[in-house]
Amino acid sequence: MIKVKRTPEKEEQLRKEKQYRTEKKFEFEPLEKNTDKKILVSCRDVKIGFYNHNLFTPIVKKLNLDIYEGEVLGLVGESGSGKTTIGRAIMRMIPIQGGVITYKGDRISGRLKQNEKRELKKKVQMIFQDPSACLNDRSNVDYIVSEGLRAFHLYDSEEDRLEKVSTAIKEVGLRTEHLSRYPHEFSGGQRQRIGIARAVIMNPELIIADEPISALDVSIRAQVLNLIRKFQIEKKMTVLFIAHDLSVVHYISDRIAVIYHGNIVEIAPSNRLFEKPLHPYTKALLTAIPIPDPKMEREKEIVTYDESVHDYSIEKPEFVEIEKGHFVLGSPSEIKKYKKILKEDKKM
Amino acid sequence: METKREVEISVKNLSVGFISHGNKMHVIRDITMDIYKGETFAIVGESGSGKSVFTKTFTGMLEENGFISSGEILFQGQDLAKFKTNKEWLPIRGKKIATIFQDPMTSLNPLFRIGRQIEEVLRLHRGMNKKEAKAEAIELLRRVKIPNPEKRVHDFPFMYSGGMRQRVVIAIALACKPDVLICDEPTTALDVTVQSQILSLIRDLQKEEHFTTIFITHDLGVVAGIADRVAVMYGGQIIEYGTVEDIYYHPAHPYTWALLSSLPQLAEDGSDLTYIHGNPPSFIGEIDGDAFAPRNKYAMKIDFIKEAPMFKISDSHYAKTWLLDPRAPKVKPPRIIQNLSNKIAATIVKDPINTQNEETKAGDSHD
Repeated sequence: MIKVKRTPEKEEQLRKEKQYRTEKKFEFEPLEKNTDKKILVSCRDVKIGFYNHNLFTPIVKKLNLDIYEGEVLGLVGESGSGKTTIGRAIMRMIPIQGGVITYKGDRISGRLKQNEKRELKKKVQMIFQDPSACLNDRSNVDYIVSEGLRAFHLYDSEEDRLEKVSTAIKEVGLRTEHLSRYPHEFSGGQRQRIGIARAVIMNPELIIADEPISALDVSIRAQVLNLIRKFQIEKKMTVLFIAHDLSVVHYISDRIAVIYHGNIVEIAPSNRLFEKPLHPYTKALLTAIPIPDPKMEREKEIVTYDESVHDYSIEKPEFVEIEKGHFVLGSPSEIKKYKKILKEDKKM
Repeated sequence: METKREVEISVKNLSVGFISHGNKMHVIRDITMDIYKGETFAIVGESGSGKSVFTKTFTGMLEENGFISSGEILFQGQDLAKFKTNKEWLPIRGKKIATIFQDPMTSLNPLFRIGRQIEEVLRLHRGMNKKEAKAEAIELLRRVKIPNPEKRVHDFPFMYSGGMRQRVVIAIALACKPDVLICDEPTTALDVTVQSQILSLIRDLQKEEHFTTIFITHDLGVVAGIADRVAVMYGGQIIEYGTVEDIYYHPAHPYTWALLSSLPQLAEDGSDLTYIHGNPPSFIGEIDGDAFAPRNKYAMKIDFIKEAPMFKISDSHYAKTWLLDPRAPKVKPPRIIQNLSNKIAATIVKDPINTQNEETKAGDSHD
């Protein structure tokens, strides 16, 4: 038998992988240096992919991400970039192929005991993109909203349950008489509110909002955004807000992560990202937002992103913190260039 | 200057009704509108404002329970409102007036190859034989910038991405060299980067072919880039229309104000986004007075009693609100949309052109 000699790096990698699979508790250093923010969810070296006719297609190759407690993290990217996949992986709706996801230090990826899974489902809730697809057509609003309560026995008596449901439904701006109705009787915006009520009634710590507004009208969009923000502030929830429209994300998020083909290319506080986007893809995304002003929109130059501007054949790209809280993916020479831009900016 | 332009479609007092569960609904209520040749005319409104129904009457694609109750649609000397049979519609629909829908997958047949679907139109409307049609189909795909069209012409729709499918639908729509292209929310199902590509494609094709575009959307950002003139629809009526500059810089109707102020770009830090309270009107029964009055902060007594006439603001700009009546109190648009361009300028990236130069320079140094 031929024994393949493993390199020390390979050994290290295998050891890490094993650790990710077996250990329960993890204490990761935050990615951001010198921060006192508490981390709710961290992803380390996460690899997600799907089997397509027995052929493994990686969607997310190596994801490192921290979600802080009480923040709104926007996750932006084009369709097919893997942003929904990341959200779903945190929800345990799809398995991950490598790496680890932790929730307050506890591993939530890989094999878990039944009660650990249940605990997680209680704390993490999701709001879906298409409100007509995510509500059961055959059950009334009362049942839809209280399904989570039933599953976890979070009420003392029938009256208690009803009270909880009606407060939740009032909080999202619907009325108690709506409880006996069925989803098809509501408009798109109202349905999305039911979806939000269903998530919020569980008092979750983390809400994953997967493009909650892209199927909605301008005005209703504003209502739903206000609602999510209201709950986030009042109940101190953490929100992972997934969207493709940067202008919306800018409004609601504290930090924005831009994702391209499964790699996070840039993370920054949301104002900073708009002021000083560094990665060419972020720039392309920013210029693609239609500006609601005729003159500016016409004079605007659209930057298209071409992957070939990066030369990663010699230098491997790394994810570097370039200034406080601002991460960017680039090869050492690119990072040098970005730093120069930032320095020049400071001088001005 | 506006009046001298050649009119392509002239709509006069058009009303459309639907019969649903025994109720008669008035979905389009008395619209009079001229659409000029070669312009891009955008129709903006919430869902349920009747904007899609309005354009469906141009191609006779109303649902079975819908009917034109009065009015006329004049297009190249014919009154489209009088058309009844499919035979009458055949030379117009698809040939002279083509439509692109929101979801490209509903326009494409998943069982046929892309090429065949384009060829079908060419053979039917332009009488080409199989060989010519195929060559032309490849040429069309090339024009809508599908890479490697010789190969992709044999693919099925599911092999295409959302943006590419929409390009194919555009190719089919343009196969007959239509005079009018109706785009019914063509980019709503697409993401931002693809959206900007599709929009610039439509703009480029229009420059080459000189067709008239009617653009339906609820996204005011999209409208700003593409439209020459904008009509705002609410409750089955056009409540304000004018050039893009008119609508964005000097909006007159409270509904237009409300639409503009719900833009996420205008939100101040820490404050809520403004939105329009209430729901759009249901069309069952008659609407008394102004349809927007119940949701209107600036509504006056007369708004609930009598419908406002179209007031002329300038040669190109009209609005249907009593606020423009000389007897009405002077009301200023809400603070949030005053100085619109300055506020929006503050939210966009400072100098995309400079940064782009930076990019190209960097690219050179790589080589």
